[in-house]
Amino acid sequence: MHPAFSVIFLTTLIGAGQGLFLALYTGQVYAFFHLLSAQADRGFYAGGSLIALSLLVGGLIASFFHLGHPERAWRSAAKWRTSWLSREVIVLPAFMGMVLLYGAAHWLDWNPPLLTIGTLTLNATMVFGVLGTVLCFILFICTAMIYACLKFLREWHSPLTVANYLLLGCASGFTLATAYSAYTAPDLMGFYGKWAIIITLLAMASRIASLLRNSKLKPKSTLQTAIGVRHNKIVQIAQGFMGGSFNTREFFHGKGVALLRSVKWIFLLMVFVLPLLLLAGGLSTSAAVLLSTAFLVQYAGLLFERWFFFAQANHPQNLYYQAIA
Amino acid sequence: MTQLALVIDLNVCVGCHACVTSCKEWNTSGPAGSMSDDRPYGADPTGTFFNRVQTYEIGSFPNTETLHFPKSCLHCEDPPCVPVCPTGASYKRKEDGIVLVDYDKCIACKYCSWACPYGAREIDEHQKVMKKCTLCVDRIYDQNLPEAERKPACVLACPTSARLFGDVHDPESVVSAAIRENGGYQLMPEWATRPANHYLPRRKTRIRIHADELSRADNPLKKERQLPQPGKSEPSLDDVTSW
Ligand code: SF4
Ligand code: SF4
Repeated sequence: MHPAFSVIFLTTLIGAGQGLFLALYTGQVYAFFHLLSAQADRGFYAGGSLIALSLLVGGLIASFFHLGHPERAWRSAAKWRTSWLSREVIVLPAFMGMVLLYGAAHWLDWNPPLLTIGTLTLNATMVFGVLGTVLCFILFICTAMIYACLKFLREWHSPLTVANYLLLGCASGFTLATAYSAYTAPDLMGFYGKWAIIITLLAMASRIASLLRNSKLKPKSTLQTAIGVRHNKIVQIAQGFMGGSFNTREFFHGKGVALLRSVKWIFLLMVFVLPLLLLAGGLSTSAAVLLSTAFLVQYAGLLFERWFFFAQANHPQNLYYQAIA
Repeated sequence: MTQLALVIDLNVCVGCHACVTSCKEWNTSGPAGSMSDDRPYGADPTGTFFNRVQTYEIGSFPNTETLHFPKSCLHCEDPPCVPVCPTGASYKRKEDGIVLVDYDKCIACKYCSWACPYGAREIDEHQKVMKKCTLCVDRIYDQNLPEAERKPACVLACPTSARLFGDVHDPESVVSAAIRENGGYQLMPEWATRPANHYLPRRKTRIRIHADELSRADNPLKKERQLPQPGKSEPSLDDVTSW
């Protein structure tokens, strides 16, 4: 497939925003159950929510560049019963609204008890956080299922795609939370940093698993099934036109194997190896610069990762577009 | 239930592209607006088409065969392109099974084209909507046309009648009979899209003659054998008949 930058930015930006929100709320839940001695002030949560919200808005803006008719984008909420894209379109603004509510409640210190379960009293921010978390996970699933549900794009049609979107988003979000806390609440830095390392390791495991899976895939469609002729040797002489078409532009990345391979190593390095080293270094020396570099490197690496994710998918329609003449 | 479809006879198609030009001519002049082209006379022409004719070579020289292969939307009975559309712009008509795009609803997210394994959908770069074969839905029901012309433009244009049009759910239709009697098949059956369009394979016409069939072994009168020359003393025809 031809990687579109609008979609690359959409998925990586909202992934980081979602991860950051989950990180903030994880911190709050730990504090709520007194598992964490360090307490963050409400400015920390409000500021963090604002960053998460900006990332989500950035992703949303990027997504509009993908549409030919952005002014009709509202229509895309119609088919949520069948289309994962439609579901994403509904869940993304709902999640953004919940992040806004969560951040605003913290900022305005509006935190009355909303819910009592047994002896547990949940205040407004805790309730918003739970709802936000649920929406956040649904959003991860929707985003990933847009790709994973296309069964003949076999590189994507796997539960690993969902795992990757979830874990990579969380990894970048927790790394961002670590960098953010290094500047605003240094007591929490260690807590977020350890989670960032754990999730980055998990993401590395699932991304490598999907790379291994994809390297072993054998195509199900062949030129034989594409045109229905049984012969071992079939070559296309003409695809029906001399110039390009939508089919030759949208479904081919047009880059060599060597470039694809180097992008793979670049993202493995930038998403996993370097951020892990920087996080470890930053945590042991409490150097905020190292931690923010960790996030920037990891985010940039995710752009390569997403590019590779699209480029690697081999669409069966490409069988019909092999020869110009 | 009706499922309109094309049946394309690869045994007859000569790859003349008449269906391609006829399709473009009809559909670019239609009420839905033109099918835009860029640099049509330039070095790198590109444009929107519903139908393409491709050519394949099967086998290696000297045992090769050329196959001309017209390709358009197959109006799948389980179209994977329809449920993924977030706006409902892509839909399959209940009454005749034609898969259509509502150009007023399409946001050009291109998701449907990703979901079609056949590459049958092409975006119109100027109108910014997804386009594909409509089976000439704006002509097959047109009461102003003579009955014989209520067929897709490609079918009417084909000089060899390689394209048949009809209801594949009606067992008595021309298309159903053609599929049944001539080994009609579907493309990429592995994805269970159940294309409504079918293709008829190349067919070889051969007669088989055994060596002993070259002379008539079953001729009791030996009619073909040369008769012996009559002797000089034998009576001639003049001797035995009276003229
Ligand atoms: S051929 Fe492609 S566009 Fe046409 S109905 Fe089937 S899946 Fe949809
Ligand atoms: S490009 Fe148009 S028809 Fe295709 S999925 Fe998007 S909105 Fe639907």
